[in-house]
Amino acid sequence: MSEKTIYALSTLYGKSGVAVIRVSGKHALSAIMEMTDIKNVKPRYAYFAKIKHAQTNNAIDSGLVLYFKAPFSFTGEDIVEFQTHGSKAVIASMLDSLSSMPDYRLAEPGEFSKRAFYNGKMDLTQAEGLADLIEAETSEQQKYALRQMEGGLKNLYDDWREKLLTILAHLEAYIDFPDEDIPPSVIENIQNSVFKLKESIFKHLEGNTAGERLREGFRITIIGEPNAGKSSLLNAFAGRTAAIVSDIAGTTRDAIDIHLDIKGYPVMITDTAGLRETEEEIEKQGIDIAYNKIQDADLVVCLFDASKDSVQVFDNLKKSFKNKMLFVANKCDKLTFEQCSVLEKDGCIVISAKEKRGLEVLFERIYNHISSQFTTGSNLLITRRRYRDALQEVLDNLQIFNFDKEIELSAEDIRLAARALGKITGRIEVDEILDKIFGSFCIGK
Amino acid sequence: MASLEYDVIVIGGGHAGCEACAAAARTGAKTALVTHKISTIGEMSCNPAIGGLGKGHLVREVDALDGLMGRVIDKAGIQFRMLNQSKGPAVRGPRAQADRELYKKYMLEALQKQKNLDLIEAAAEGFSFDGNKINGVILADGSILKTKSVVLTSGTFLNGVMFVGHETSIGGRIGDVTCTGITPYLKSKGLKVGRLKTGTPARLNGDTINWSVLEKQHGDEQPEAFSYLTKEITQPQIDCYVTYTNEKTHKIIRDNFSKCALFSGLITGVGPRYCPSIEDKLVKFADRTSHQIFLEPEGYNTNVVYPNGISTSLPADVQDAFIHTMKGLENVEILRFAYAIEYDYVDPQELDNRLSVKKIPGLYLAGQINGTTGYEEAAAQGLYAGVNAALYAKGGDKDFIIDRSEAYIGVMVDDLITKGVDEPYRMFTSRSEYRLYLRSDNADMRLTQKGYDIGCVGEERYTVFKAKKENLDKYKKLSNDLDISPNELDKYGVITKKDGVRRTAFNVMSYEGVSRETVSEIWPELANIPDDVYEQIEIEARYAGYIKRQLADIEVFKKDEKLKIKEDLDYRQIGGLSNEMVAKLTKVRPSTIGEASRIPGVTPAAITAILGYIKR
Repeated sequence: MSEKTIYALSTLYGKSGVAVIRVSGKHALSAIMEMTDIKNVKPRYAYFAKIKHAQTNNAIDSGLVLYFKAPFSFTGEDIVEFQTHGSKAVIASMLDSLSSMPDYRLAEPGEFSKRAFYNGKMDLTQAEGLADLIEAETSEQQKYALRQMEGGLKNLYDDWREKLLTILAHLEAYIDFPDEDIPPSVIENIQNSVFKLKESIFKHLEGNTAGERLREGFRITIIGEPNAGKSSLLNAFAGRTAAIVSDIAGTTRDAIDIHLDIKGYPVMITDTAGLRETEEEIEKQGIDIAYNKIQDADLVVCLFDASKDSVQVFDNLKKSFKNKMLFVANKCDKLTFEQCSVLEKDGCIVISAKEKRGLEVLFERIYNHISSQFTTGSNLLITRRRYRDALQEVLDNLQIFNFDKEIELSAEDIRLAARALGKITGRIEVDEILDKIFGSFCIGK
Repeated sequence: MASLEYDVIVIGGGHAGCEACAAAARTGAKTALVTHKISTIGEMSCNPAIGGLGKGHLVREVDALDGLMGRVIDKAGIQFRMLNQSKGPAVRGPRAQADRELYKKYMLEALQKQKNLDLIEAAAEGFSFDGNKINGVILADGSILKTKSVVLTSGTFLNGVMFVGHETSIGGRIGDVTCTGITPYLKSKGLKVGRLKTGTPARLNGDTINWSVLEKQHGDEQPEAFSYLTKEITQPQIDCYVTYTNEKTHKIIRDNFSKCALFSGLITGVGPRYCPSIEDKLVKFADRTSHQIFLEPEGYNTNVVYPNGISTSLPADVQDAFIHTMKGLENVEILRFAYAIEYDYVDPQELDNRLSVKKIPGLYLAGQINGTTGYEEAAAQGLYAGVNAALYAKGGDKDFIIDRSEAYIGVMVDDLITKGVDEPYRMFTSRSEYRLYLRSDNADMRLTQKGYDIGCVGEERYTVFKAKKENLDKYKKLSNDLDISPNELDKYGVITKKDGVRRTAFNVMSYEGVSRETVSEIWPELANIPDDVYEQIEIEARYAGYIKRQLADIEVFKKDEKLKIKEDLDYRQIGGLSNEMVAKLTKVRPSTIGEASRIPGVTPAAITAILGYIKR
């Protein structure tokens, strides 16, 4: 099955001084042969070597090279690991070189873990958890990744599995044992249980984009007119956290993404500079783009120059985004104490980006906003798209369940829901259903 | 006789044996049935009834393959009921009470009429081999019947021990001998043999039951036949009756728990949970003060009544006491006391998907010896093993494999060989993942052509099948071609959304409350569809969306079933398989990737590794 040898950057792009590039698969060793001068490489030894491009033979970097022989590696396959300098140029050359190797391709997200799983190195939940752990760029992410490994999420899903199993067993008993005295209340209870289960899964899905955010970073968009002081605020953010991950130019010429770490939470700040020259412009040409940015954001920081404008400039956005807007009055150094008090009473955070005043309060508010999303509903997070999809499928089948159709069709809805949940928790076997039936009803003659 | 050589010898004249020898003979094999008593061929050792949920499906499948059970019960049935009549068609199961004597009689007649088949009254006590290959059956007198293959359907007869309370006696059934010779042969070839138990309740004298105080249970007014060949059930139908245990009954049983063979540890075999003894029920459901007991007459001309629901291993005096506490049974005469029986079975993981013993080429097993329970389960396996034994004896490379997506027979065989059993296996509709497709109404459409192609279906049935199939195809197409607008539908009193989309006749047939008469009124060309054909089209229309999904699932399933694994694959050679996986796979030796994936505990990773290996 796993014919191709895969490679990927295992550290974050541009984050740190060291970049780790991992290669896994049958032909992993050829990366050492083609890109270094190491002879007779031994497993589990670190070699310091000059690394060159496999195709052009140009020198790329000097770094550590390690080899883990199958099956004694994370994936169970041959693994080669390059540790180079974290420079973008080096990383780009490394990836380019590996891509030129025959039967090599870039790994898909989570593919290393998947291979580890397929090679019996871990079970599915562990694999997912571990993948997150590896990707965890910040401490908060690490905490949730660890919890998942320990099975917090597993407990919740197992509980649902048990509930679905009971529902299914009761339905099947009703179908398969028509001559037995199964109390009619059983069928009423099924309707109740399905309803409750539907509710909890719905709530779980609803409140749980936070889990995905935790992996991808919270999206904060700063809006405000060019003179409002966005650049100063961005600099203040950057200076304070000293944890800029990257400043890759965004999709539009003027937008900039900045990755920050606010008290353990990964945050991505998007500046919509240029999109909003004036109030009118938002309403006219720029409105779609700006609107999308705002819509995607988890938090919108609305910055205005308090010495010139008032918070009313954001009024027309309030209708749609009130709950995620944070109003920040900049340039308080030009205001009187009284003016500042009035703004604060209106719910604005009063700062001076230039003089670095009020920033603590702003960070605190941002932090509160982010962390509050983790405490709503269950504290367990859906950290994987796959869970989300499977749970959505469970929910879809529960939604169409009712007793207005033939009972075997109602049972089919539940069976399909169970099958979807089984993708996360492990299949519900017929024997488990029968165990449940015989444990719950006095059946048989 | 010793000079004769058979293609197939079937040992045992129970429900598995009858179907096995008839199926082998139909498939063209020179066949002998060896049974210790011709007079007990087709004996219903326990409940005098055939069918039920899942079980009725099996009988229809046996019938679709030209087996005997459906036709025989249609003649011997004395009360027919379609179970789950109020539920949908996929989960309806035909069931019938039988006249025990008539059933035996018609079964024996059917076998006597069968070409290529000898009935031999003798006790089989062992096998002869050529290497590991079986080549003969040793009879009690020491003579050897030569054969190319054997279907062993020993029921409860291998080392059978019966229990009434603490009293034990040796035998395969009350009044019958046991068979001790065969198990050692199986063990000597390395087969895993275990013990299972079952039981049968007391029998009552119907003349001494006070029927007038009991509630009646009628059969269906229009009895529906099991067999696709039966046109009508004409024999008279009788009633059954219901009584209940009460607190007095329960007290007597509880006071005597210690005398029960099961609880005292005398019986080590595992019994079926769906046939719990009355003492089991009292222990597991201690809060219930009453259990229903069906009183089922065993025939037209007998006073024997079968009390369904009080099987027990309690001693005779306790049975005597508790039976008399029940309403209507105050003065009943007990003709025979209940007993439990323990017997040898072979771990079905020793079998491949033809029910052939992997370690003994030429030997096939069917029925209770494979750890199943029930006449219908036995019959279905018997037919399946009989056909495969015949094909094996003929040489060549044909075999008769039915998979999970084709029939309950396939579900059962696959469950047995991949999972093994830890209690007697009984069929339920919940065991099938393709329940909406595996229905009792379409067993012929699923199996008859396949059976005809392999040679186990005769011309008479095939002709009937072909005619039905032609009608089905014709009318299915027609009902998809004919259509009508919502406005026109209105005129017939069928209210639909006025969206301007024309509805096909097929659509309209699926609507709730639309009768066949209405459909015929709208489209007179559909008025003459035969009933069974109309029913099937209507079911497919009603299930349409679900069936479509199920057929898509079946396609995916078939992909894995097509990936064959060589029988002698050395799993140790596959990189990445843990020792545990190697052990599990080596034990079962699955013949397809699909089978491998259903072995409990075999992980997706292991499947991926095997796939990778065999694809190389």
